Amino acid sequence: MSKDLVVLTDISRTYQKGKEKVEVLHKLDLTIEEGDFLALMGPSGSGKTTLLNMLGGLDKPTSGSVRVGNDELQNMSSSALSRWRANNIGFIFQFYNLLPVLTAQKNVELPLLLTNLNGKERARRAATALSIVGLEDRANHYPRELSGGQEQRVAIARAIVSDPNLLLCDEPTGDLDRETADEILQLLQALNRDHNKTIVMVTHDAQAAEYAKHVLHMDKGTLATEVAA
Amino acid sequence: MKYLYLVWKSLWRKKVRTILTILSVFIAFLLFGLLSALNQVFGGSADLANAQRLVTLDKISIINSLPSAYLQRIESVAGVERVAHASWFGGYYQDPKNQFAQFAVDPERYLGVYPEVLVAEEQRDRWMRTRDSVLVGRDLMEAFEWSVGDRIPMYSSIWTNKSGGQVWDFEIAGVFDSDDPRGNTQLMLIQYDYFDEGRAFGNGTMGWFILSIDGAGNAAEIANAVDTQFANSPNQTKTSTEAAFAESFISQYGNIALIISLILTAVFFTILLVSGNTMAQSVRERIPELAVLKTLGFQDKGVLGIVLAESTFVMLIGGGLGLGVAVLIVNVLGLVPLPGFYLDGAALMQGGVYILLAGLLAGIFPAIRAMRLTIIDALSRA
Ligand SMILES: Nc1ncnc2c1ncn2[C@@H]1O[C@H](COP(=O)(O)OP(=O)(O)OP(=O)(O)O)[C@@H](O)[C@H]1O
Ligand SMILES: [Mg+2]
Repeated sequence: MSKDLVVLTDISRTYQKGKEKVEVLHKLDLTIEEGDFLALMGPSGSGKTTLLNMLGGLDKPTSGSVRVGNDELQNMSSSALSRWRANNIGFIFQFYNLLPVLTAQKNVELPLLLTNLNGKERARRAATALSIVGLEDRANHYPRELSGGQEQRVAIARAIVSDPNLLLCDEPTGDLDRETADEILQLLQALNRDHNKTIVMVTHDAQAAEYAKHVLHMDKGTLATEVAA
Repeated sequence: MKYLYLVWKSLWRKKVRTILTILSVFIAFLLFGLLSALNQVFGGSADLANAQRLVTLDKISIINSLPSAYLQRIESVAGVERVAHASWFGGYYQDPKNQFAQFAVDPERYLGVYPEVLVAEEQRDRWMRTRDSVLVGRDLMEAFEWSVGDRIPMYSSIWTNKSGGQVWDFEIAGVFDSDDPRGNTQLMLIQYDYFDEGRAFGNGTMGWFILSIDGAGNAAEIANAVDTQFANSPNQTKTSTEAAFAESFISQYGNIALIISLILTAVFFTILLVSGNTMAQSVRERIPELAVLKTLGFQDKGVLGIVLAESTFVMLIGGGLGLGVAVLIVNVLGLVPLPGFYLDGAALMQGGVYILLAGLLAGIFPAIRAMRLTIIDALSRA
């Protein structure tokens, strides 16, 4: 029996743009089961990133509730959300966002600085994460010494190193060629299948969406019909 | 501690820029060290409360001499333990460029009020025995490569001797050191009796009096009592601490202490601007990176701390090196031959406080900016 990991209820998000109010998310409901791999598609500006930010506790809804696991995010303070993110969420961005001054190994260790683990244990776990993404032999390379695909693998290792349940990916293959993109998507699929990570992935690429179990389409702040992949 | 590595690595993001910033901090604190030492020369504090010794001189001008009869009258003031006197000889050795202080003093009295003056017993006796002999400070001996027993001609720009010339011949009876690292050993001590009998005018006068007093606390009272004694005489006196005396000596060159602190203030603010600008730039370049740290769960305060730690690091490295080299130049190698040119613990402490203060001040605005950064805005700008 799978249970619900994410429950969004009647979410709205408006931004104040000068005098105008822009409603980016409009009364949106969404339930994501544990172990799901969900692709989120839709035109630019439809609110995909905004929705992803809600799930990751980076943004709060103007109204409605966001439950992830047992936590109601809309009521949490920003420092509580920081702590929560460190334990529960792995983020993967389009442009990898690695720290250029740190090696792959040290980049992956970053989230573990927020734990009580000692240096040795941090190094061991980061090495494990790097081997999961197939980069154990690049541990001491700096980001500038890696290809785009390798950088994204390091970013994925960083996202999984503290063993969160939920991985949030915003166009993770948007900056990669087809072949490299497929490798990254296969890696995400393996994380979903073998490590039971729940994944929500925003993508513009229909081929990328095919790797997901479900595809949701967004348009103007609402979710359209669910399409089974 | 575990963030130290991150801070350290971030610091070297732009190596050249960081090195240049550290270099300017280095120079600033080297300057701070040297100027602080210079400030010591010009007598730092004129704190009457801690005075062990007072100096009595003519109220109008240090150039005016006082009657020798004052000696006994000052001695009779309650609280005064010992009194010595000194008179300005105003000479040079061979060349007018070779200026240093020469005082005509009563040996026994002088050594009595200046216990920090260290001299071998045998040499002290020789000085006291030999009327035309002088006691010379260690620095001076070394500067002119003199030896005990040498006879040296001193040219006085003030005092003609009874034979009508201005050259006085002295024998070096001994050399003295100072117990106090700031003590002046660029000094020549002449016998007053020989000097007074030898000079063509001004006989029976003394330049100033040095009073050692019993215990601190009543220094102001004693100074007042001394000056009151001479309130109605033609030569009124002004009694103050040694530090104030030293200041009045050099005040003819302007208020050096003030000039030094103005320079130091300017240096401090320049360094704040330079490294503040570096930090601001470095934060601006790293906005997406800082946002990523926050996304990973770093707290706002943590990001603030990282940026502050970076700017403090720059100051610690540059400032520490600067002060270190200053100590090397001033205290260890003694490259600057000025009496009292010394960096004491208080000055170094002050330097340390300035380093930390500069680190925090230079980093605070960029750090607050980093702290306030909202993840969504920062990442969408990436
Ligand atoms: N901080 C903000 N202030 C004002 N408007 C915003 C803000 N953030 C997002 N928006 C607006 O919300 C809308 C949705 O933005 P969002 O980034 O979620 O779209 P998206 O679906 O991720 O688009 P893309 O595919 O281009 O990434 C856009 O019209 C955007 O201009
Ligand atoms: Mg987006």
